[in-house]
Amino acid sequence: MRSITLALAASTALLSFGTGAALADAHSSLEGTLRISSDMSNPAPRAVMEGLAAEFDEMHPNLDVELTIVDREAWKTQIRNALSANPPDVVNWYAANRMRPYVDAGLFMDISDLWAEPEFEAMASTRGAMTIDGAQYGVPYTYYQWGVYYREDIFDELGLTEPTTWEEEKANCQAILDSGRKCYTIGTKFLWTAGGWFDYINARTHGYDFHMELARGEVPWTDDRVRQTFANWRELIDMGAYIDDHQNYSWQEALPFMLNGEATSYLMGNFAVAAMRDGGLTDDQLDFYQFVKINPDVDYAEDAPTDTFHIASGAQNVDAAKEFLRFVTSPDVQTRINAGDALGQLPVNANSSVDDDEFLQQGFEMLSSNAQGGIMQFFDRDLDAEMASIAMEGLQEFMVFPDNLDDILARLEDARQRIYE
Amino acid sequence: MANVSPAVPDTHPPVKPRGWYRRNEIALTPWLFLLPGVLFFAVYVIVPIFQSFYISLWEWNGLGDLHETGEYVGLANYERLLGGDRKFEVSFWNNIRWLVLYLLAIPAGLFIALFLNQTVTGIRLYKSLFFFPFVLSQVVVGLVFSWFYLPREGLLNAILGVFGAGGLNILGDPDLATYGIIAAGLWPQTAYCMILYLTGLNAVDPEQVEAARLDGAKGWRMLWYVILPQLKPATFIAFVVTIIGALRSFDLISVMTNGGPFGSTRVLSFYMFEEALSEFGFRMGYGSAIAVVLFLLMLIFITYFLWSMWREEKAARR
Repeated sequence: MRSITLALAASTALLSFGTGAALADAHSSLEGTLRISSDMSNPAPRAVMEGLAAEFDEMHPNLDVELTIVDREAWKTQIRNALSANPPDVVNWYAANRMRPYVDAGLFMDISDLWAEPEFEAMASTRGAMTIDGAQYGVPYTYYQWGVYYREDIFDELGLTEPTTWEEEKANCQAILDSGRKCYTIGTKFLWTAGGWFDYINARTHGYDFHMELARGEVPWTDDRVRQTFANWRELIDMGAYIDDHQNYSWQEALPFMLNGEATSYLMGNFAVAAMRDGGLTDDQLDFYQFVKINPDVDYAEDAPTDTFHIASGAQNVDAAKEFLRFVTSPDVQTRINAGDALGQLPVNANSSVDDDEFLQQGFEMLSSNAQGGIMQFFDRDLDAEMASIAMEGLQEFMVFPDNLDDILARLEDARQRIYE
Repeated sequence: MANVSPAVPDTHPPVKPRGWYRRNEIALTPWLFLLPGVLFFAVYVIVPIFQSFYISLWEWNGLGDLHETGEYVGLANYERLLGGDRKFEVSFWNNIRWLVLYLLAIPAGLFIALFLNQTVTGIRLYKSLFFFPFVLSQVVVGLVFSWFYLPREGLLNAILGVFGAGGLNILGDPDLATYGIIAAGLWPQTAYCMILYLTGLNAVDPEQVEAARLDGAKGWRMLWYVILPQLKPATFIAFVVTIIGALRSFDLISVMTNGGPFGSTRVLSFYMFEEALSEFGFRMGYGSAIAVVLFLLMLIFITYFLWSMWREEKAARR
């Protein structure tokens, strides 16, 4: 019942706002079947996606929306089969380099015409991440900030404040270590969490442009600037800042260290907040700060991965698919699906409003006013897929055996020369 | 008596010309029964082997048509693979470790079988308890063992702690992780070998044992010269299933370490999956080349198995 009322409210709202004319036409003309394959399989995202599909179905009486939800991890390997033979019309994927293989193989449809519409002005912040070789291949529906989530109560107990410089960060960490705790929890079994640390230390040391040069394979891994990044990182490793045996844990398995106070901070995406709250931390115990500056001359650049919708090149119902993309990018829908009781993330559309959640507000504030350097998608989305997987393995090895650095870098450089030849 | 030849009734049934199928029925029927199996085996096993060979000569990301998006590179994939790809070397040697150490399941299974092959109250229960791990899915075995190995809460370290040792992080240590996974794999595999030997022991001829005993054989000599030769078929099957099990170690690795730490527990099948099919893998040609190498490795054993089965059959016909 609730979803129907919501749907009605939404369609009325949409009709009365700017997109009215286009939608009113579409209302009658869209027919047939719209097939959507989504990877929003976790409970909350799943409810959001099912709601979206039902709502869109409701808005277009002659259109039948068929939704298939695939497990999020499984989708990462299934998408290529799904796109090759008898593809669905709309699929979920990720922004930036992660979509390049599918773009290069001609499996994602060029939707630059959609981006040329005036409504898409409000999406300008992610236009770059959706662009490959001058054309756009998808639309974002959500993104989320990364940053340091920490135990406010432990910081208070030790008399620490949120750091803003590398020196303060290290001084805080030393105080935490002296109190018998670890500074940072992390689980590197699935590698990407180490990518987050590298992104931040690298971008804070050399800036956004260097991050992108490295991602595009323009800088050798044996470059002195890369070594500088690792040297900075090593300061923390040598202090014993990270929990032991992190190579055994997934990011969820590393959470208890923070929940029971053995470690105080977690460099993570905002999706971790829900898990921390479920684990029993109250908002009084939990807080967030932006990753500190290392080189004071470098602007803040932030990891804020964007999740996206794309149209398959083999889509049968292109009109309906495009209409669906307009629908999910409209300000009202973006506000609702990203609310605290839905995805709990940030809307991409500039005209949307951000939920009144403490962390979403801080994240939105940070990304909109304090990320002058630029927005990074994330290590494994900005780099070539293969390079990313080899590199992240090296990052994990570095975190356990920092002395192997020369060997690791030589290996990565070898891979870079082959992959970006 | 008139010389009338009696009308002999024609006792021959009218000769219907027999159809081609009828004439060849005996020769054909087995093939008809085999046909579905042969067809599926050809389509899903034989043809893909040759396809793998073919794809391994290309550089292709698996998206779109091979001939449009792929590039023919000849033997370049093999050159790279065999010319110092460290991931390949690690995977290859791990495969060898698996093959060698997994064979421990055979003697272990034999001794448990000998131990359980007696008449005591409740022996059936003990047997089923020993057989239990084989019933578990490999994924469950992997999970149980990764908890067992956990560096802080794990049972293993608790036990070691009692003896004053401890602090061993088996799955997090690149030098130990593979052995840790093999040990986990040995648990169900030993049970499998045990059940094979238990059935084999049922077939041991008691008269021969009796005769040997009269001749004064006991202990090791009894086992080695009298029992084991009679268990030869069971040993052969145990060997076959253990080798196959060792080469199929994919699921345990995937569950327990996901190939890590830093790729130290990869085997060829896992490496192939990573390169060709996983989240970041877009190298179908390279993955196929790994598959071909793995196939050649398997071929050694397949040839041996086929050859010994053929020899057995020949001996049986004589």
